[in-house]
Amino acid sequence: MKQIVRLFASVIIAAFALMYLTSYLNSEQGYTGGNTLTIYNWGDYIDEELIAKFEEETGVKVIYQTFDSNEAMLTKIAQGGTTYDIAVPSDYAISKMREEDLLLPIDKSKIPNLQYIDPKFMNLSFDPDNEYSVPYFWGTVGIVFNPELVDGKTFESWEDLWSPDLRNDILLVDSAREVIGMGLNSLGYSLNDTNEDHLQEALKKLNQLTPNVKALVGDEIKMLLANEEAAVGLVWSGDAAEILDENDKLDFVVPKEGSNVWFDNMVIPKTANNLEAAHQFINFMLDPENAAQNAEYVGYATPNSEALKLLPEDISGDERFYPPSEVTDKLEVYDNLGKKMLAHYNELFLEFKMHSK
Amino acid sequence: MKTRTRNAYLIPYVAWIVLFVVAPIVLIVYYSFQDIEGNWSLANYKHFFTPVYLNMTLSSFWYALLITLFSLLVAYPTAYLLTKAKHKRLWLLLIILPSWVNLLLKAYAFIGLFGTYGFANGFLEAMGLGRQQILFTDFSFVFVSVYIFIPFMLLPIFNALEEMNPSLIQASRDLGASAWTTFRRVVFPLTIDGVKSGCQAVFIPSLSLFMITRLIAGNRVITLGTAIEQHFLVTQDWGMGATIAVFLVLVMAVIMIVTGQRRKGARV
Repeated sequence: MKQIVRLFASVIIAAFALMYLTSYLNSEQGYTGGNTLTIYNWGDYIDEELIAKFEEETGVKVIYQTFDSNEAMLTKIAQGGTTYDIAVPSDYAISKMREEDLLLPIDKSKIPNLQYIDPKFMNLSFDPDNEYSVPYFWGTVGIVFNPELVDGKTFESWEDLWSPDLRNDILLVDSAREVIGMGLNSLGYSLNDTNEDHLQEALKKLNQLTPNVKALVGDEIKMLLANEEAAVGLVWSGDAAEILDENDKLDFVVPKEGSNVWFDNMVIPKTANNLEAAHQFINFMLDPENAAQNAEYVGYATPNSEALKLLPEDISGDERFYPPSEVTDKLEVYDNLGKKMLAHYNELFLEFKMHSK
Repeated sequence: MKTRTRNAYLIPYVAWIVLFVVAPIVLIVYYSFQDIEGNWSLANYKHFFTPVYLNMTLSSFWYALLITLFSLLVAYPTAYLLTKAKHKRLWLLLIILPSWVNLLLKAYAFIGLFGTYGFANGFLEAMGLGRQQILFTDFSFVFVSVYIFIPFMLLPIFNALEEMNPSLIQASRDLGASAWTTFRRVVFPLTIDGVKSGCQAVFIPSLSLFMITRLIAGNRVITLGTAIEQHFLVTQDWGMGATIAVFLVLVMAVIMIVTGQRRKGARV
């Protein structure tokens, strides 16, 4: 009994000591009072130097926290108890957050740098008139492949994935919209198609791909492709940039039939405390010089047309990540199809996964 | 006075059961009668009896059966050997030790071991067998699951064997039974309770495995657990997820009743 009491007592004392230490360290670094800005962003999705620069310019202290999926971010913000001033969700998550009333409108008069954003990235279906969100990065969905392992095969068309030479050599990202979307695209239908016949046709088509599919995986896909575990992978362009960084033998392509284009936008969640600093930060990130520095560091495509001009030619001219307009014209944003249709997409996806080799 | 103190002792137990057993089950049943738009309906149940979910149920059962069978095949001889060993508590501890490591870490370790350029394939190549696909196969899925579940199978069997009176074996041998007959007629029947609770402890959780199906089987094995995860996290169709969960609860109840008995020697 005595030992148990002692054990509990020491745990409690240790906890209090840590709490005190944290608050002490925070106050040492100036994280006290009102002038802080809490940013909730994807992991490794900003150049940390820019945070230091922002702190220096404005005197605001930044608390930077990260998440690894839109769903996790959504749940955390919806639950409350957080004080994020800025979050960076993707398109469909923004539309969901709007529906659930989790966002504050953005005061555009406080963001003069909005003028630098390419108009083609503004006023999109997930946030008409950009009432709640400002573009941060954008990208596509495409195919990463290892030219050595596929002996010179190219992937201009989705159809190339169905080649019998690729038996057991394709990794797909474990996500219903991307995979069903690929099926629909390969048949020439829209990614947002809700016609039951088209969907069934896409499922049939995907089932024929099964012998070539080695696995459907999550974030591990980056590690697996970089380690040459498979020759071909269906991935987001952002992940592709990381994979190509790790293993420069690999290449990335967006097939000609079209694909998905996605956006990560900055928003101000309802839980925000420091609206002034949040607007300052958004404006700061849209400054062409800062946006260019960030794009160079992160490796994703920037929607900032002035920043694009500042980027070195080998980045801004890379058509794999900044596709020319013939390609971008064919790209589609995911519409929010509604819960019911999304459930149906997922069920088709389950059916595809269960289709045995 | 006496009954009153006894009732006071009951409070934590009852509170625990109500909060963490009864309430969740009631909630699951409640949600299972709601369709995706939040209306009351039986649609989820009707939906469950479509080929997609029936196939999934079938494959879940098949893999759970395989996992249980192989766990038993490995665990029983091991437990038997352990009871004969000199430092049995130490050996037991060594076998249980990996279960203190987080499941995800172990799964990631296996990705490395089983990968095309991993240790297992390096070994195969050195043996002259060439590189094989190990990761993302049925084999790797069953292997890793068995590895994870072994302690749950081993402990009850080990306890049952420990409790067995060794003079019974001597008596059996003295009366002329062969080693095999002794095992079949004396040892195994006396430890059957341990085997049963071991099987329950493996079969039931393996019906709803989900993380390993993605990491190790690359989603080429789909269990009911995978579907529940998807419905709750991705589609947010809580009703359908809850319906599958209700079926799992029912199946588990049936298994408990069928294999259930005087639970002697079944301490886990």
